[in-house]
Amino acid sequence: MPPAVLSVRELRKQYGDTIAVDGLSFEVNRNEIVGLLGPNGAGKTTTINMILGVLEPTTGTILVEGADLASKRTQVLACTNFAAVYAPLPGNLTVIQNLRFFGLIYGVKNLASRIQTLLEQFDLLAFRDTKCGVLSSGEQTRVSLAKALLNNPRLLLLDEPTASLDPSVAREIRLKIREFAARGEGGVLWTSHNMYEVADVCDRVLFLSHGRILLAGDPRTLPAEHGKETLEDLFVAVAREPLALERA
Amino acid sequence: MVSLRPTFAIVLRQFYLMQGSPVRVLPLFAWVAIDMITWGFMTKYLNAVSGSGFNFVPSLLGAVLLWDFFVRVMQGVTTAFFEDVWSRNFLNIFATPLSIPEYVGGLVLSSIATASVGLIVMLVLATTVFGLSFLVYGLLLIPYLLVLFLFGISLGVIGCGIVLRFGPASEWLIWPIPALISPLVGVFYPLSTLPAWMRYLSRLLPPSYVFENLRSIVLKRSGSPYALLWGVALDLAFILLASWFFSHIYHHAVRTGLIARYSAESLS
Repeated sequence: MPPAVLSVRELRKQYGDTIAVDGLSFEVNRNEIVGLLGPNGAGKTTTINMILGVLEPTTGTILVEGADLASKRTQVLACTNFAAVYAPLPGNLTVIQNLRFFGLIYGVKNLASRIQTLLEQFDLLAFRDTKCGVLSSGEQTRVSLAKALLNNPRLLLLDEPTASLDPSVAREIRLKIREFAARGEGGVLWTSHNMYEVADVCDRVLFLSHGRILLAGDPRTLPAEHGKETLEDLFVAVAREPLALERA
Repeated sequence: MVSLRPTFAIVLRQFYLMQGSPVRVLPLFAWVAIDMITWGFMTKYLNAVSGSGFNFVPSLLGAVLLWDFFVRVMQGVTTAFFEDVWSRNFLNIFATPLSIPEYVGGLVLSSIATASVGLIVMLVLATTVFGLSFLVYGLLLIPYLLVLFLFGISLGVIGCGIVLRFGPASEWLIWPIPALISPLVGVFYPLSTLPAWMRYLSRLLPPSYVFENLRSIVLKRSGSPYALLWGVALDLAFILLASWFFSHIYHHAVRTGLIARYSAESLS
């Protein structure tokens, strides 16, 4: 059996006396979209930053396709990519320049044709020579996603990719991510505060509270299992009464 | 293993930025051209009033040209790095397979390209308008440029490390570095003019050997290749120091989360 796309084991990050992530262990499998949920400060972005190699864990291991990020950073990051609402692409480069720049860094083969495919796929042909800084937030998100798919990543990390998008554009984006997960060999780790979106997109969710996984399961059945009507109710409970849920 | 493709990407990015912004292109040649014109006329004036028959052009204008080359090399590295600071691109850049040697290699290649433009403009102006002849320096011109180039690269990389460590506002500590070093390396006067304690510092700075050598050639018609070799050796030490420093700062930034939250500036 091939290894999980992402395997996180006993991941911990501590800043002085503050524990941001406390012994996380989880996996993301092929063709799977896993939602990483939790209130602000739960440790979602810290976890994503550690998986992206821009934050060193205090302890624990991160394996992507069986390769250890700590010892095979280049190999791991070559098959990983991400899009985050707080990491827009440089606004002083055009769409095509940004995609060429990152395509070269990721070592994408047949880069010109790959960029053309992504421009078509994300409806960006009209903006290819437009500087990213003047695009609307929806258009910028599409460019970020095109960049995130440049290297056909095995592991795609999406940190609130649809935040600040209107419902119509958000739906389009969700559709494209679902297509990505279903069609290839990749898996997706997705964070969002939109529980409707999470229930719609994710195969599995992990609820984080104070850096630990509090609950895990199918977003469609998990609320009922914990006596809640909707995923949003469950989210609110995790945010307000994590101890009660932990005891249950 | 260092791959050329990602390194080329950094250079290509600089090219794209220049292509789309005349504001970035102008400083490549405008300030050095102004320096050449100012110091060119200054040397002409000094030649006229000194009445000694001594030609100030090769000693003073030549020194300014070489100093400006060093400044352009250093700022070529830091400016390419600042582009990532200004566009808040660290997370995008450092979450890729790009290695630190590839990234720094890209900054250095960008600097070679931009500093070459300035050097060519200065050479054309100094030779055609003010009659500076590089035959005076002979083949020593090559080690002069090499020593200054290597020192510019090492200080540029150290400057990048400082900005990575202390945040975007510390950029203002980097711009004046050449002005701080200039009095110590004797661009305009012999090192013997300096007090003893400053001369100790001068001996640790590679450009000192270039400017002392240059004056020696102009005044006594003899330079010391051995002194320049010492300058190259010091340069290599500075390059090693700069590499260690940047790598150390980068790993600190990864450990503390500074890269992920770079604009916060306050992470320890």
